[in-house]
Amino acid sequence: MWDYTDKVREYFLNPKNVGALEGANAIGEVGSLACGDALKLFLKIENDRIVDASFQTFGCASAIASSSILTELIKGKTLDEALAVSNKDIAAALGGLPKEKMHCSVMGQEALEAAIRNYRGEPAMPHSHEGRVVCRCFGITDQQIIKAVKENNLTSVEEITNFTKAGGGCADCLEDIGEILRATLAGETGAPQKPLIPDMRPKTVPPQNAPLSNVQRMQRVMSVLDEIIRPRLNQDGGDIELIDIDGKKVLVALRGMCTSCPSSRLTIEGFVQQTLRDQVDPDLTVQEVTS
Amino acid sequence: MSRVIYMDNNATTSVAPEVLDAMLPFLKEQYGNPSSMHTFGGVVGKAVDRARQQVADLLGARVPEEIIFTSCGTESDSTAILAALEAQPEKRHFVTTRVEHPAVLALGQHLEKKGYRVTFLGVDAKGNLNMDELKAALTRDTALVSVMYANNETGVIYPIKEIGNMCRERGILFHTDAVQAVGKIPLDLKNMPIDYLSLSGHKLHAPKGIGALYVRRGAPFRTFLRGGHQERGRRAGTEAVPNIVALGAACALAAKHIDQENTVVKGLRDKLENALLAAVPESIINGDRTHRLPNTTNISFKYVEGEAILLLLDQFGVCASSGSACTSGSLEPSHVLRAMGVPFTFAHGSLRLSLSRYNTEAEVDGVIKTLPGIIERLREISPYRNLADNVAEGEAHH
Ligand SMILES: Cc1ncc(COP(=O)(O)O)c(C=O)c1O
Ligand code: FES
Repeated sequence: MWDYTDKVREYFLNPKNVGALEGANAIGEVGSLACGDALKLFLKIENDRIVDASFQTFGCASAIASSSILTELIKGKTLDEALAVSNKDIAAALGGLPKEKMHCSVMGQEALEAAIRNYRGEPAMPHSHEGRVVCRCFGITDQQIIKAVKENNLTSVEEITNFTKAGGGCADCLEDIGEILRATLAGETGAPQKPLIPDMRPKTVPPQNAPLSNVQRMQRVMSVLDEIIRPRLNQDGGDIELIDIDGKKVLVALRGMCTSCPSSRLTIEGFVQQTLRDQVDPDLTVQEVTS
Repeated sequence: MSRVIYMDNNATTSVAPEVLDAMLPFLKEQYGNPSSMHTFGGVVGKAVDRARQQVADLLGARVPEEIIFTSCGTESDSTAILAALEAQPEKRHFVTTRVEHPAVLALGQHLEKKGYRVTFLGVDAKGNLNMDELKAALTRDTALVSVMYANNETGVIYPIKEIGNMCRERGILFHTDAVQAVGKIPLDLKNMPIDYLSLSGHKLHAPKGIGALYVRRGAPFRTFLRGGHQERGRRAGTEAVPNIVALGAACALAAKHIDQENTVVKGLRDKLENALLAAVPESIINGDRTHRLPNTTNISFKYVEGEAILLLLDQFGVCASSGSACTSGSLEPSHVLRAMGVPFTFAHGSLRLSLSRYNTEAEVDGVIKTLPGIIERLREISPYRNLADNVAEGEAHH
């Protein structure tokens, strides 16, 4: 059982500022169902000041408590003041978090940043464009890792996992994380460059062996789209719509940020198609419908 | 803590009062060493013999010598698997499943590192094995197959007889981790093609720190803990007499109550499960409901997270478990639910309620009353709440 402070318990049992916010003019979303926690932060901003804030969270007790206390911390602050709130501030306001749960405070800080970017008309998640995905299981980039290391003075790979989740799944990326940690601590500028196409595939369950009926295939495609693909595209301000399933051909349309994204072909082939093949049927092909 | 409603019996159980009574004299007056030459120790040795007989009776073993006392289920698993492999050094292949308890799974991964070829069989969405896949995995090089009798998370029971026969036809040894099955469903090992079977005391109302391994008479065996001649040289270390006596008493009690487990306890479980499914929209049962332990239900609630459910239940004194990432000790949901391909939306919101004969109908009613409100409360906080509504609407348009 986790050793939560009374403050965490209090904000979990009686969270403040729950639910969508009427008149919100900035929304920040981070996390996904696949990752096990997600936060949607609503802000009402007037004259560059946050006059109201609320949240919706899917996650454990510390995720709910972190989200709730964040809304209290930022109410009344100007945007620049709010941007100075770090994940450490969130954890401190709760009287501390178990070290394995620090990623909950990081999620709060990221949602805040995303909401303010949303308000300012900037892309929702800067790092997934600027950085290289290091941990496929949780979609964590080198930039996110470097940020967590610097802001929290992290010195071990284990701490990085506690703060960002990176490395907490299949563990394939641990060596890579260690290298980034070493480089960051040594003060080397920029992350080690590995010119890779960002591989955004989440950790997958292998496809079932039994052949699927058409209806089953369709249901599985729909649920994989809903649960894995859409949340991930949403993080980058994009969306996807299922147009049709014709045998083993899946027709989709990209929406939002994705339509203008020059790498949309990569998104379709590298991410959408690969994820569907991994999860549903290795023979599926995905085609984009442009209209 | 005030009143507790304990529904986490697959994690561990209470020590039955009769079991405590049986073991206490061996913690007090009768502290002799069963190996000693004096009468004081000899009496204790008789108590160990009696316990061995009680365990053998519950399992339906041919002779009590087929039972070796160990310290826990994990030790029994390791002992059996390593014994079978060491006895056939020329064979280098081990077959098990992806849904085993870590006591087997982690050992399998270790063996892989040591150069063994290890096959981890997958399961379908209901948690069942594909028998054709199992058959195809068996080769001349296969030394041992290890498949659990029943799964600790979902309660799914595996076709042990069929698997055992498949192995026997090919001259392959077969081990089953029956830690969750013993005491819950009837066993009759003399008529089963099983070479090794593991059990653990604390899952059937004996204390923690005692297990047993059944080794079929004639099955090859190699010692895991070397030293003294205890357990006929098969497991060294002075016998944990109070625990052994307790395990014997617990097995005798279990034999007496096995019908009750499959009628009364099963009835309570079914009532609980059906009421929750009816009261909470978007909830599903994980695992094949037709081949399942009578005491276990594993139910998933869409769009909420398991640890949050457990902490709210804790407020009402209800003890349960979850396979969510936050409770699995890793950052991913339970390996069992993932092997079954349970969608993430459901996997993170899983709740395991496991009953025992000490649960009452009033307790079941209490959980039926509190749990739906808890789920509703968490869904109100969840950003995916609306997603659920949208999906429903979308379907209506078609
Ligand atoms: C299926 C199974 N195998 C093995 C074990 C390990 O037993 P023990 O805790 O006695 O080592 C458990 C206990 O959780 C179990 O459920
Ligand atoms: S890739 Fe990072 S944990 Fe799997």
